[in-house]
Amino acid sequence: MEHTQRQPARVARAPSRFLDALQRWLPKLVVAPTFVLIGVGIYGYMLWTGVLSFTSSSFLPVYDFVGFDQYAKLMANDRWLTASINLGIFGGLFIFSCLVIGVILAIFLDQRIRQEGAIRTIYLYPMALSMIVTGTVWKWILNPSLGLEKLMHDWGWTSFSFDWLVSSDMAIYTIVMAAVWQASGFVMALFLAGLRGVDSSIIRAARVDGASLPLIYWKIILPSLRPVFFSAVMVLAHIAIKSFDLVMAMTAGGPGYSTDLPAVFMYAHTFTRGQMGLGSASAMLMLGAILALIVPYLYSELREKRHD
Amino acid sequence: MTDVVRTGFRPSRVAIYGLLLLAALVYLIPLFIMLVTSFKTPMDIRTGNLMALPTDWTTIGWTKAWSEACTGVQCEGISGYFWNSFKMTVPAVLISTLLGAFNGYVLSKWKFKGSDLFFGMLLFGCFVPFQVVLLPMAATLGQLGLANTTSGLVLVHVIYGVAFTTLFFRNYYVAIPDALIKAARLDGAGFFTIFFRILLPMSTPIFMVSLIWQFTQIWNDFLFGVVFASGDSQPITVALNNLVNTSTGVKEYNVDMAAAMIAALPTLVVYIVAGKYFIRGLTAGSVKG
Repeated sequence: MEHTQRQPARVARAPSRFLDALQRWLPKLVVAPTFVLIGVGIYGYMLWTGVLSFTSSSFLPVYDFVGFDQYAKLMANDRWLTASINLGIFGGLFIFSCLVIGVILAIFLDQRIRQEGAIRTIYLYPMALSMIVTGTVWKWILNPSLGLEKLMHDWGWTSFSFDWLVSSDMAIYTIVMAAVWQASGFVMALFLAGLRGVDSSIIRAARVDGASLPLIYWKIILPSLRPVFFSAVMVLAHIAIKSFDLVMAMTAGGPGYSTDLPAVFMYAHTFTRGQMGLGSASAMLMLGAILALIVPYLYSELREKRHD
Repeated sequence: MTDVVRTGFRPSRVAIYGLLLLAALVYLIPLFIMLVTSFKTPMDIRTGNLMALPTDWTTIGWTKAWSEACTGVQCEGISGYFWNSFKMTVPAVLISTLLGAFNGYVLSKWKFKGSDLFFGMLLFGCFVPFQVVLLPMAATLGQLGLANTTSGLVLVHVIYGVAFTTLFFRNYYVAIPDALIKAARLDGAGFFTIFFRILLPMSTPIFMVSLIWQFTQIWNDFLFGVVFASGDSQPITVALNNLVNTSTGVKEYNVDMAAAMIAALPTLVVYIVAGKYFIRGLTAGSVKG
């Protein structure tokens, strides 16, 4: 700032201390609205929900302190237990399948494929769709009487039967299918970008040493893509924990509450069943799950950046 | 590395192409099914199967979805909700992108004490599960008289979108040399002059990324729509879900699929026209988070 004083344009305005001060405050003023919006809308509300989770609020918020009652109730709640187990099944299968499919497609696409751009576009378009659209389509495809089953019958496989969508044991897997269909292309894109960044001289050297290509991928290339794995798992886990739309569109949590996920549980209890306290407690546990994932990730990310 | 790879895999190239094309089919089939079903008659749906082409093509599903189908108690089609989504998406996208551009500019080129902490807060904000803010937000919107209004949804989408847009712009501007800014400051250029004269002209790609990312996110949102809007102000995703899941009478799958296509078309068109920026947004939002 001292240097600017020597500039003619600056000198002309120099008498105005007010303008100088404004210049200095301008950056802060510009980010102030966002600071307020985020401060209230994310951090303030997070705290507010936290407070509500310690009250007996039902249809309306009341501010009586009941300690960990709601959390205890939650732990004893069958539906919450189902939702948590479902999240484990759904999240585990979803992340695993997306990774396997994404990695395989990325490696295969990285073999100088003709029309690579077009193929990539096809793999990734589901990511542009709303989960509600995806859910609607898959619900129709898996329709027990007119969907896949009828198709197989028409094509000659008359004993084929597929009623997972309406079976309380299997319905959660139909949601996995739709979610994998939607998100696996995205994992492919992440890994393809990673593969393009791998130093080819390492691979050339390994080939000279007589290593086979699959071995090179397995032992050298994939391990070097560990950061991409982390990012992909982070994003997928995040999608899984927040999953709501897809369940609402495909099964609405049913049959019964067999396909409930925590996000569906939270919505149902807070907004339709009038159990705000319980709903808030479930939201806080979701936050806790995400924190357990994010904090180590952000910590390592920021530390890496400092090393640069 | 591609040339190394080529020599190694040549014998099995047929298998590679075969698998890639098979995968492409798997990704495309649901879209195909959605399209052909939307052009069938209900009769055709009952007698034919998923993959069969319509015996006689009809747009009755589309017209019905657009102007007659029941979305809950009302039976006026989804056209109103389609426009609701536009009225909500366009302002929310523009405001959040503009805010993000200025925030990113400050957080990269006008750092102040505490600006890194602020950036950390924003970064964390990208990950917070929205369930944790829904209830207080609903209460606040009620207090402000914005419950069940499109303006209320715009506000919500701006608040929870600005963290992402700031991230995009901040990471983009960080790569621009500080020397450029310093030189401009020495020449007497102020805060806004530098932004509009120097940074803005080179920001087209990141503006595209931010606009497209926000457009798809907000258009496709269901959670905020279903919690904060009701009746006439609902966005298309909520209307589609109501149409498909509140069944009164005979289920008309052609109407369902046509409605799903209508809800999907804007983001699909954006993806086809500007897919490059969409992919960049996806990877920018995750890899360099």
